[in-house]
Amino acid sequence: MAPVLETRGLDKHFGGIVAADEVSLSIAKGARHALIGPNGAGKTTVVNLLTGVLRPTAGQILLDGRDITGLAPHERVRLGIARTFQINQLFADLTPIETLGLAISERLGLGSDWWRIVGSRSSVTDEIAELIERFRLGDVMCERTAILPYGKQRLLEIALAIACKPRVLLLDEPAAGVPEDERHEILSSVEALPKDVTVLLIEHDMDIIFSFADRISVLVNGSLFVEGDPDEVARDPRVRAVYLGEAFDA
Amino acid sequence: MSAVPPENARPLAAEVAAFLTRRARWSPLEVVFWLVALASIWLFPQKHLILTEICIWGLFALSLDLILGYAGVISLGHAAFFGLGAYSAGLLAKYGWISEPALALVAAALIAAALGFITSFLVLRGSDLTRLMVTFGVALMLGEIANKFAGITGGADGLQGVEIKPLLGRFEFDLYGHTGYVYALVVLFVMFVIARRVVRSPFGLSLQAIRGNALRSAAVGIAVNWRLVAIYTLSAGYAGVAGAVLAQTQSFASLEMFSIERSADVLLILIIGGTGYLYGGLVGALIYRFLQDELSELTARYWQFWIGLILVAIVLTGRDRIGRWLAPVVRFADEIARWRPGRAASAGEGR
Repeated sequence: MAPVLETRGLDKHFGGIVAADEVSLSIAKGARHALIGPNGAGKTTVVNLLTGVLRPTAGQILLDGRDITGLAPHERVRLGIARTFQINQLFADLTPIETLGLAISERLGLGSDWWRIVGSRSSVTDEIAELIERFRLGDVMCERTAILPYGKQRLLEIALAIACKPRVLLLDEPAAGVPEDERHEILSSVEALPKDVTVLLIEHDMDIIFSFADRISVLVNGSLFVEGDPDEVARDPRVRAVYLGEAFDA
Repeated sequence: MSAVPPENARPLAAEVAAFLTRRARWSPLEVVFWLVALASIWLFPQKHLILTEICIWGLFALSLDLILGYAGVISLGHAAFFGLGAYSAGLLAKYGWISEPALALVAAALIAAALGFITSFLVLRGSDLTRLMVTFGVALMLGEIANKFAGITGGADGLQGVEIKPLLGRFEFDLYGHTGYVYALVVLFVMFVIARRVVRSPFGLSLQAIRGNALRSAAVGIAVNWRLVAIYTLSAGYAGVAGAVLAQTQSFASLEMFSIERSADVLLILIIGGTGYLYGGLVGALIYRFLQDELSELTARYWQFWIGLILVAIVLTGRDRIGRWLAPVVRFADEIARWRPGRAASAGEGR
C-alpha cells in the first residue's frame, strides 16, 4: 500500500551530536507501526521532526507524497498529523471539557471566532461528549486538568490528539508512568482507534508492542537498524543483541 | 444566551453544553457590580471626577489584562498605546479633523491598534524579560517622538488648547465632569462587554491555552503567533480608548501619559485586582484610586509606602488564597441567583 507518511534521509544534528542519522521511514496507510529502540536512540527526536517541533538538518518529510518539511507544527496538524507527548503536555488551568472543546473548535476552523461562545455549537459539544465518554473522563470533566489523577491526564492526552481527527497519529509512549492496573484502560483506547487512522507508536514495553504493532522499526543511535513485521524483528539476532545490551550501549 | 440542545441529544452532551454556557452567563455579583456603577451616577455626583479617573484606569488595566491575564504576555510599556490614544483624540479635536468625540474615540482606538499590530511582531519574540524591555523601549520612543515634535504636540508643555465638542452633538462636557463620567462609564461598559465576549469565545479559549502551554497549543493546530498578534492589537486598541477618554474628559494630553510610571501603575492596579477574570482591572482601579485619595490625606508625601506594602502583601498571600477566602461569598450569590420559588429542591443541580 502507498505510504501515507514518509521520510527521506532525515538528519538532525544538535551541535556535534547526531540525534537522527539518515532516517528513511515509510509508514503505510492504516498501519500500526511501532518505533522502538533503546533509551536515547532518537525516537522522540523523530516524532519532533515529523510534527515540526524540530527542523531537520537535512532530508525530507512527505505526507501523501507532499513535501511538508517546511511547514509549521500547527499547519501539519491541519493536514492530519497529531501526536501525544511522552510527558503530559496539557492545559493545567482548563477543564477536560474546555481542552477538548478547544481542539475541536480549532479543527472546525472556529479558532479565530472571537464572538460566539465556545459551548454554543452542538457540533462541538456533541463531539466533546463523545470523546469524554470514549475515554471515560466523565467524572472529572469539570475539574481543572492540573488536579486530575495521572491516569486520567494520560487519557486526556490521547483524547486531545484524537480530537484533532488525525489521519496519522503519533503516540509517544502513551502508557509511560501509568500504574500497571490502569494500563489496560489506555491500551484499550489505543486499540479501539479507527482502522483508517495510521498509528506510529513509540514504546518501551515489549508486550504492548508485540500485541499492537503489525510493523516494527528499530532505531539505534539515531539510525534505522532493522525493519520488519513483528516476527522478523523478534527473531533478528541483532535486535536481541541491542536489547540485551551486548553490541550497542546506547 | 442559554444553549438549547437538540431534542435527541444524549444527556452528557447537554451537560457539556450547560457547563460551557454556565461560564458565559452573567453572575449575580456581576449584575450587582454594574448596577452599583450605574447608580453611582446619581448617588455620588460630587465624586464624578475621581470616578471618571477610576473608569479610565479600569479600562486601561482591562486592556493589560487581555494580554497578561489571558495570553500571558507581559508589558512594561502599555502606556505607549494609552498615550497614543490620548494624543490622537487630542489632536483630532484640536485641529477639528474629527470633532465629534465618540467618532474621535473610534479613530483613536484604530490608531493605537495599528501601532499595536506593528509592534506586536517585536514583542512576540523572546521571553518575558525581552518583552518587558521591548515594550518599555517602544513606550520610551513614543514619548520622545511626542516630545520632539513640539510644534504639533506642545512638547513638554502638553497638548493645550484642545476644545472638545459636545458628545453626539448634544451633551456638553461640563466642569463638574458629569457628562464626562457618564461617557467614561458607558465606554467602559461597552468595552467590557466586548472583552467578556471575546475571552469566552474559541479565540479567547485558545489564548488561555497558549498561556498555559504554547507547545501543545501548536500541536492541536493553533497558529500561536497570529493569535498573539491579534490579542496584542486588540489590547492596544483598548489602551488607546482609555487614553482618548482621558484626553477628552480633561481637554488635555501630556507626555506623562507615555511614562514608565503610568505603565508601572497600570500593572500595579491589575495585580492588586487580580489577572485573568476581567474585573481585576476595575476592582484594582477602585482600590488603588481610593487608597491614593485616603492615604494622601493622611500622609501626603508618603502614601506610596502603603500602596507598596499592600502590593507586597497581596503578591505574597497569593491570588489563589484570596480567591478561596472569597469563594463562600461567590457560592452564596450563585445560590441566590439559582433559587426559584417552588424549584428550591432542584437548585443544587449540576455538580
